[in-house]
Amino acid sequence: MILSTKIVKRSKPIILLLLLLPSMLWGVMFVQGNLGINPIEKLMDELGQMALRLIIVTLIISSLSQYKFLRSLQNIRRMIGLTAFYYVVCHFLTYIVLDHFFNWKFIIKDIVKRPFITFGFINFILFLPLVLTSTNAMVKKITFKIWKKIHYLIYIIALLAALHFYLLTKADKTEPLVYLGIILLLLLWRFYYKIIRK
Amino acid sequence: MKIFGSEITPYKKYLTRRQFIQSSIATSIVSTLSSNLCATHEKQDNQYSDQVSQNDSLNTYEEITTYNNFYEFGVEKSDPSSNAGQFESRPWSINIEGLVQKPGVIDFEDLLKENTIEDRIYRLRCVEAWSMVIPWQGFSLQQLINKVQPLSNAKYVEFETVYRPEEMPGQRRNILQWPYIEGLRMDEAMHPLTILSTGLYGYDLLNQNGAPLRLVVPWKYGFKSIKSIVAIRFVDSEPKTTWPLDNPREYSFYSNVNPNVDHPRWTQATERRIGEFFRRPTLMFNGYEEEVSYLYKNMDLTKYY
Repeated sequence: MILSTKIVKRSKPIILLLLLLPSMLWGVMFVQGNLGINPIEKLMDELGQMALRLIIVTLIISSLSQYKFLRSLQNIRRMIGLTAFYYVVCHFLTYIVLDHFFNWKFIIKDIVKRPFITFGFINFILFLPLVLTSTNAMVKKITFKIWKKIHYLIYIIALLAALHFYLLTKADKTEPLVYLGIILLLLLWRFYYKIIRK
Repeated sequence: MKIFGSEITPYKKYLTRRQFIQSSIATSIVSTLSSNLCATHEKQDNQYSDQVSQNDSLNTYEEITTYNNFYEFGVEKSDPSSNAGQFESRPWSINIEGLVQKPGVIDFEDLLKENTIEDRIYRLRCVEAWSMVIPWQGFSLQQLINKVQPLSNAKYVEFETVYRPEEMPGQRRNILQWPYIEGLRMDEAMHPLTILSTGLYGYDLLNQNGAPLRLVVPWKYGFKSIKSIVAIRFVDSEPKTTWPLDNPREYSFYSNVNPNVDHPRWTQATERRIGEFFRRPTLMFNGYEEEVSYLYKNMDLTKYY
């Protein structure tokens, strides 16, 4: 059985809606005061974790789509990648607006001084070339070969995102380590298929 | 410390006018969003109001009892309140050990009878850069120390939390080295601001807040205020306490609140008071500088942070 491209393409709107739904839900809960005792921190954590999960989903799709019967999944990878960026932006905006209320002097010092924030910020920057080269027209313009090279950045982004999470965790590091493990496995898998099987 | 209205100089307000304008703009943004965001503080006309400092207002009972760091019950802030139900805080006794003339076991009920319980409204500043204002009940640690009479070579006091993995799910995993250990230098322990707390808001301490007996040292980061104490030990050298043992690069023995020494993970210059939208500047020694700074007179606080 082959997962048909048609089905994948048709379900795109509903998948997009489902991916955006959590952010809307958290937004509403935040405004209503239902995000717990420390709502800003909670919102920032949820948005950041969602971004990390979606980044990992794009990696999984890349690995799975080398199987013929799942190749059609490639049709939603871009959308999921862009949604991940959307969550990164929301996460970053929460930090700037809600956590520090445009206290730029403070924020810049924070980015320079604290490694986990430095990594988060680098990640935001690294994401930009991927987003800017995400349209069909851009892929054509820079050629697919170059596009592919640029988009390998996602592995660095994923690793830095997991590191960002790891560094901010105080004692029980199980969760960030699980994410880190998954990313490394996926990286190995890609590597195996690309170098060894060829 | 109490500041009277008459002591507030309008000049100070004038100097911070930009901050004031900025905050009033933001407040209007926030209030159009929702009133809930800023409305969690306790009403100003509560029974403790005359003891609350000028710029503070009390956090609610709900905030204080559901947003906790007590890793013995789990690492999430909501874990202690959801997982502490199994914990039996009575009967309870405290071992007095080490360099002391009257070692022995003190029953918790006797401790309550022998000491006058008083109200203490303190700010609590967590190393994670959030803070609360809490109406504790308790008695000064000094009273207990004087009673058990430490020997002259006792330089430090070490505290130990109960170890009961069957009742404390967090202790079943090696999140930290159990049991939790904290410590104070003798003069810090004898300081009148240092208390052993047995209650808050007029109720007995709930398990998630360290029932039945916990330390409160308001000028130090929250983790120094060890919970559910079973042993108090008088020793001659600096105790090996839990957080510095876990991560010596990030934590050290003194852990005084200090806005000028940043933690690699959290900025210590500002803090979020739970229930407020804007961060507040963090005060030296958590605002108790006048009372405690003499303890550290000739110490380099960037070295002994």
